[in-house]
Amino acid sequence: MAAAAETTLIRSRRRRRFWNRTLQASIPYGLIVPVLVVIGVILGYPLYWLVKLSTQRYGLFELIRHQGVSVGLDNYRSVLHDQIFWHTLLRTVVFTVVNVSLTMVAGMAIALLLVRVSAVVRVLVTSGLVLVWSMPVVVAVQIFYWMTNFQNGIVNYVLTQLRIGDFFQHDWYATTFSQLSLVTVLIVWGALPFVVITLYAGLAQVPHDLVEAAEVDGARPWRVFRDITLPILRPILLILTSLSIIWDFGVFTQPFLLIGPSKITSGNYLMSVYLFEEGYFKSDFGRGATISILMLLMVAALSVAYVRKMVRIGDEP
Amino acid sequence: MSGPRNGRGRRARQTGWNLVGLALFVVMVFPVFWMISTAFKSNDQIVSLNPTWFPLHPTLQHFRDAIDKPFFWQDVRNSLIVVSVTVAISIVLSFLAAVALARYRFAGRKLFIVLVIGIQMLPQAGLIIPLYVVLARYHQTNALTGLIVTYMTFVLPFSVWTLRGFLLGIPKDLEEAAMVDGSTRLGVFVKILLPLMGPGLVATSVFAFITTWNEYIFARVLLNDQSKQTVTVWLSGFLGSSRHTDWGALMAASTVTAIPVVVFFLLVQRKIAFGLTQGAVRG
Repeated sequence: MAAAAETTLIRSRRRRRFWNRTLQASIPYGLIVPVLVVIGVILGYPLYWLVKLSTQRYGLFELIRHQGVSVGLDNYRSVLHDQIFWHTLLRTVVFTVVNVSLTMVAGMAIALLLVRVSAVVRVLVTSGLVLVWSMPVVVAVQIFYWMTNFQNGIVNYVLTQLRIGDFFQHDWYATTFSQLSLVTVLIVWGALPFVVITLYAGLAQVPHDLVEAAEVDGARPWRVFRDITLPILRPILLILTSLSIIWDFGVFTQPFLLIGPSKITSGNYLMSVYLFEEGYFKSDFGRGATISILMLLMVAALSVAYVRKMVRIGDEP
Repeated sequence: MSGPRNGRGRRARQTGWNLVGLALFVVMVFPVFWMISTAFKSNDQIVSLNPTWFPLHPTLQHFRDAIDKPFFWQDVRNSLIVVSVTVAISIVLSFLAAVALARYRFAGRKLFIVLVIGIQMLPQAGLIIPLYVVLARYHQTNALTGLIVTYMTFVLPFSVWTLRGFLLGIPKDLEEAAMVDGSTRLGVFVKILLPLMGPGLVATSVFAFITTWNEYIFARVLLNDQSKQTVTVWLSGFLGSSRHTDWGALMAASTVTAIPVVVFFLLVQRKIAFGLTQGAVRG
């Protein structure tokens, strides 16, 4: 009697332990399910639609009817045979290279400057950077538009006063080059705070003794920078550069609003603007979806290195 | 720093660097200064060819004009609704997922991390077409719910990643000690993790608030009605409404739009720098 009771007790305890363990193992899944469901519904489902749309003719009429007309790969053929697509791609690549290079070089220079200035100036510059960082992009666009306006832009005034040239009533929005240069200034200005503050934090990791020893041995500042500072900053520089490339390649608000919707033409498209105009504005959703897919694939290719690095960091604990 | 050897040369160089730093400060901050300065100037000063640097007789007229523009209050209200609902839901859901990432090892964990980081890299423009078409099918264009749902796709992964960073900063020993003392998992969660995570939760909510408040392209695409728009779309359409550019009102409106963001940003500035090295904030 007693022995039988004991075995049932053990069995039930074992069963309870089994359920306990299963419950324990399922906790993390229970925790991530809400996020997964939301992402699946609001991102997964539209992504399925994106692929479907790219094989359909889908305009306003189809939007109202909720039914596209299948056209196979016609959209892809049309986009890939479109001169405008290739020109836009080339322009966006050049634009990205210029913007990222300027951001990284200027950011590095300012970070190094911060190490050399006195504490008061450092606090001043850092606070200024944080203020700039906090400006909403749409607000920054309006300010730049006002500063560069044709009638009495302050930029025109200052450049003329500094005898850099005669910019009285100079129209900065007259040529594509000039328009995209302004967009570049706006983007670099907005991106610098993040880059500078991150790099400056990174510079704190550079060991003082090492730099001093090198200087005592007669190393010039450039050697010290190249052989000591740069290798230590490498991981941070890699992350910042990849992020900048990905952001600048897909940038929309700055070019779209600063150049101004009325002055946007196929001659000054960047990738995101091209997609917005051709797909959304002209209500050609099928073709727009095709451009989106091509663009997403390009960005995915650009992000592989970054995502891989971040996953390695995230997998550590 | 300033050693005894060739002290004078060193001091001269230091002064030089300081001057460069000051010049840099002036150039970087000037646009913000110019916005505020313009917002308080009289119209005569604004259109004059000889700029007035400091408005010595500030006027509030432009602020009155800006907020009296049609749909300003309506659109501020819309922004506040969208931001608060998005942030509230996202923080709760992403906190749970962040706990899973920071405290458990489980099959599929790596895949989930790839998802969380990968989504943040997607260019927003690449998603406007499918989101617009899908939301139109369910009659959610021109509705704030559609926009809230859309924003969650970006705020969720970002918050998961940032909160995970904050959670890793809390030593596991505390929880384990409480478990040994007989607390349940839920008890540990409520009594230990939640209070310690306070600052992290606040900081993450603020980042989420800023990103959502500043967002432009989705709001522009998904909301057509002027009465349904958010402040960023309202501000971007400011110039379109009149033939004659009212720069004073535009700068006043810009100042008003930027104020909440600047205030919040300055409040959690240090934490933001931390969060950024942990993950990514859209620039």
